[in-house]
Amino acid sequence: MEAVYDWFRVFYQDTGINLTFIYDSYDRNRLIDGFFMTIWLSVICLVLSMVIGVVGAWAQGARSIILRRVVAGYIEFFRNTPPLVQLYFFYFAIGSILPTTENRFGFEEPILGNFAWAVISLSFFAGAFNVEIFRSGVEAVPESTKEAAEALGYTRLQTYLYIVLPLAFRVCLPALNNNLVNLVKTTTLAYAIAVPEMLYMANQIWSDSVNVPEMMTFLLIAYVFLVGVLVWFMNRWERSMRLPGFG
Amino acid sequence: MRKWIKTTAAAAGIAVLASGLAVTGASADVIDDIRKRGKLVVGVKADYAPYGFLDSSGKIIGLEPDLAQDVADTLGVELELVPVVSSNRMQFLEQGKIDLMIATMTDRNDRREVVQIVDPNYYSSGTNILTKGKFAQWEDLKGAPVCGIQGAFYNRKTSEEYGATIVAFKGTAEALTALQQNRCVAFVYDDSFIVSRLGDEDWKGWSMPLPTIDDAPWGLAVKKGEDAFAALMAGMIVNWHTSGRILDLETKYGLEQTPFAKKMHAQFRGVNPSIER
Repeated sequence: MEAVYDWFRVFYQDTGINLTFIYDSYDRNRLIDGFFMTIWLSVICLVLSMVIGVVGAWAQGARSIILRRVVAGYIEFFRNTPPLVQLYFFYFAIGSILPTTENRFGFEEPILGNFAWAVISLSFFAGAFNVEIFRSGVEAVPESTKEAAEALGYTRLQTYLYIVLPLAFRVCLPALNNNLVNLVKTTTLAYAIAVPEMLYMANQIWSDSVNVPEMMTFLLIAYVFLVGVLVWFMNRWERSMRLPGFG
Repeated sequence: MRKWIKTTAAAAGIAVLASGLAVTGASADVIDDIRKRGKLVVGVKADYAPYGFLDSSGKIIGLEPDLAQDVADTLGVELELVPVVSSNRMQFLEQGKIDLMIATMTDRNDRREVVQIVDPNYYSSGTNILTKGKFAQWEDLKGAPVCGIQGAFYNRKTSEEYGATIVAFKGTAEALTALQQNRCVAFVYDDSFIVSRLGDEDWKGWSMPLPTIDDAPWGLAVKKGEDAFAALMAGMIVNWHTSGRILDLETKYGLEQTPFAKKMHAQFRGVNPSIER
């Protein structure tokens, strides 16, 4: 490996293209950490936002008017405010009034750190869109199909879980795809509250080595790759769920 | 005969001077422009107390505005202060929006390629931490979350050499808020900035306990090619150091007298600092 690192050092001297994140072990390690932090943050938010979407779409059709109002309020709040503002709001405003725990330096630290707030904020942000996306799928299921389930003795919840949701999923997958791709890209905003994800690390590296074009190029390629993997997976899922003769 | 030689020499001197001016270009002398419009425009910080900040009436005051006033007085013109920030200060100078920049700028070689930084340096600052904890040396920060500013060059050193976990934010307001909410145990930044906070009521009980590292000089700058103005400013800086003006201003704004200002004062008064020590 040393030979490879040396080659990139010489490459820098010859061409002026400074890829510190390859030959400098400190930069390399922190960029790798950032890369995995981005993946970790994305995966958690993807899963949580889908759970929120499914539960929210169900609650939207609930009999209780209070529950329906709560979901409507939640969607309005998260869909109508910029995610960056939400992150700042949660981290600095809400985070400071929550209980604290003493850390090993004897400081009373807020109970939720920046990573936790990033997960909460981004999941609920994407979740608000997912609720609406799932609703579009749920509403696309014909009334007669639901009546047929009712006639067979399904309860409301059973109808939702076994009849409506599987069909709705197939209808709304393309829209869901879009939103999840957006979510992965939105994780970059977490650098505002100092979550050490890929953009945060890249920013620190290019500040230290003044190699902005190189780091920007790397970031672009890395996100094309990450989003590409997600899209490939979603497409496979979409194909495997295809029902002949439906949609 | 002697008179003739003198006249010829003077004429030659003027010719050399004139050719020198011709080389530097038509807009070379900003001093003439300043005199003509009767106003000197200086870019200073407005968010960096006490070096440049807003008083209760919204006027920019501070150590650097006072220095700017000295320059205006010397030229016999009015002073106009323009607030600048780190990311636009050199551009303002290049675009001619300001004649002179005195804005807490660290003197670096890559900056010398963009603007004309005047020698000698007028001030200096290093890196330290603001904390209410008990830290005696940098190594005590090992494993501790330390707030910082995104892109600051000492973040790497603080984490790589001293083992701290840097939690970096976009601006000082966010970092200081996080510090007050105990999201980090210390804030690593310019010692000059930290010193200014320590005088504030909000930061009672906080301290700057570590030895300052990475002491780096500050440079004031004029537009590239303004040699005459740069020479005048060099004279102004020497004057400030010789007269102890910088030390007086530090006292006026409640700052400790910095080692750099003391050293420069001693040096320009003709005292050899190596003997005085």
